[in-house]
Amino acid sequence: MAPTLSLHRFLRRLAVALMVFSAGSAASAQENSGPIEGDVVGGISNPSSIAIPDFPTPADVGTPAGNTAEIGRQVAQVIEADLRNSGFFNPVARNLLRRVTMPQVTSPDYPAWSQVGAQHLVQGYVQNGGNGRLTIGCYLYDVFAQSSLDRAGYEVDYADWRRAAHRCADMVYARLTGEGAYFDSRVVYVAESGPKNNRTRRIAVMDTDGANHRFLTNGQSIVLTPRYAPDGQSIVYMSYLNDEPRVYFYDLASGRQRTLVDSQYMTFAPRYSPDSRYVVFSMAVNGNTDIYRVPVSGGRPERLTNTPGIDTGGSYSPDGSRIVFESDRSGSQQLYVMNADGSNQRRISFGGGSFATPEWSPRGNLIAYTQVGGGFRIGVMRPDGSGSRLLTNSWQDEAPSWAPNGRVIHFFRTPRGDGLPSLYSVDVTGRMERRLPTPVGASDPSWSPLND
Amino acid sequence: MTMARLPKTAILVAAGSALALGACSRDAPEELPPAPIGSNDNGMNDGMNDGGIVPGSRADFVQQAGTDTVYFETDSHDLDPESRAILDAQARWLVANPGVRVTIEGHCDERGTREYNLALGERRANSAKNYLAARGVDASRMTVISYGKERPVALGSDPASWAQNRRAVTVVPL
Repeated sequence: MAPTLSLHRFLRRLAVALMVFSAGSAASAQENSGPIEGDVVGGISNPSSIAIPDFPTPADVGTPAGNTAEIGRQVAQVIEADLRNSGFFNPVARNLLRRVTMPQVTSPDYPAWSQVGAQHLVQGYVQNGGNGRLTIGCYLYDVFAQSSLDRAGYEVDYADWRRAAHRCADMVYARLTGEGAYFDSRVVYVAESGPKNNRTRRIAVMDTDGANHRFLTNGQSIVLTPRYAPDGQSIVYMSYLNDEPRVYFYDLASGRQRTLVDSQYMTFAPRYSPDSRYVVFSMAVNGNTDIYRVPVSGGRPERLTNTPGIDTGGSYSPDGSRIVFESDRSGSQQLYVMNADGSNQRRISFGGGSFATPEWSPRGNLIAYTQVGGGFRIGVMRPDGSGSRLLTNSWQDEAPSWAPNGRVIHFFRTPRGDGLPSLYSVDVTGRMERRLPTPVGASDPSWSPLND
Repeated sequence: MTMARLPKTAILVAAGSALALGACSRDAPEELPPAPIGSNDNGMNDGMNDGGIVPGSRADFVQQAGTDTVYFETDSHDLDPESRAILDAQARWLVANPGVRVTIEGHCDERGTREYNLALGERRANSAKNYLAARGVDASRMTVISYGKERPVALGSDPASWAQNRRAVTVVPL
């Protein structure tokens, strides 16, 4: 059910001839059009002011997704929420925003936007195409420099208008922060309801902002640890169907599923290889848990670890050459890295407490983990184990999952006692901690790749 | 003999096991499960019949063995002397009732991560199973299953609750 979205970049830049400034102004415009001020690496101390007025429409036409004028209002709000939630932007209050006419979309009233304090301006339009689809234009301007920074157009099915809004927000975010895009993505997770001693768990998927939510399983069996395939086409998860806890492969397009491997023993803790062709998983045999990998297409599992104890939580490096995992072979849970064939296993975590649930960043530069000691906290370290730092501080924060851009982390937070867990996101600097909206309790988030 | 004499844990386990009996076909997880095998109309057959305990039943097992549950220290799967004594009694009953197959559930408290606790619960269940096997119970009669920290009996986040949740439960079918 991969939604189709065709993207055609409009002219990326207007001709330099548009410049009406002196050479001096042009130089300062150059500065202002670079990545936003504020300490991108160290934190988000100074969010940039940005105005996202409602997107006008050349003709207000009814569509299955609503009138184009109404869609234009909602597109602006989706973009605003994405940008605000990133922590890099401080959107101008909507009651201060002016109405934008179609001609102004490509020719902004810069002085007026400067007056409301906007450093940057996102404008656009929504047009009903003759082909039964929507065209949504997206334009980014530097208000201070009075210059166009970027633009894009998206032609989408009516049902996918939110995706166009996310793509627009992604364009703005990437252009102004220098970071990779991530708003146009999904999350698979475990929806939890009911008391702790009789909890119903269902696999669910939703857009990263909580929209387009749907359940994939019905709650009859305990389900745990879903993972989105890096190609976005499938998930793997663990189910207690028939009281036999096993890893299942679920094809998202067809809804068809099957056990990943036939096993008389419990299989769990699955994760895909970066090319989506393999799954690394754990199998517990007579009190001893080791890590295996198996082609998604089937075949014989290959054993990668062979020590007494619990080896689990395998996660591939983005180039597929290495796997980080947790093992209690030293007496407590610690993080280890090995080659993808199981060779050269070496410990990388040496701090206080124990370390669990590692996930290698899609950028390759960091490994996120759960630090266990008293409570659980989310942390990151370099793949050689250096530079470890904690990002959260709560009773139980568990199971980090990276955004496609390697900049933001999802995890789940469990309260003391009988309360339901919730999904949270946190920036890799430890700032911008934020709860994700879900219909019921939620755990085990796994971030999809950027939608294509 | 009344219900009140059964340990609380046994009742909770009974309820949990009934819910867990989702006997669907392996490749169709969305189907609703049929009624649990061996259950009577009200689903409450706990082995008591006309005020007496049916030999070979779950109630018989719990009464004869004293308890269906053994407990563990934090992050441990070692059996202490008390647990071994309980398992000795369980083994005597199982040897005396050779037709009964059991499931041994391993459980953990909430202070471990989810995946690690799945493995730890499996270790605990196997500790109990291996001990029972050493006391003469045929290993082929025993199935282990780990629920990690997903099925606590005590809901608190305190040492007393955690102690109750670190357990292996020998479940005789209803």
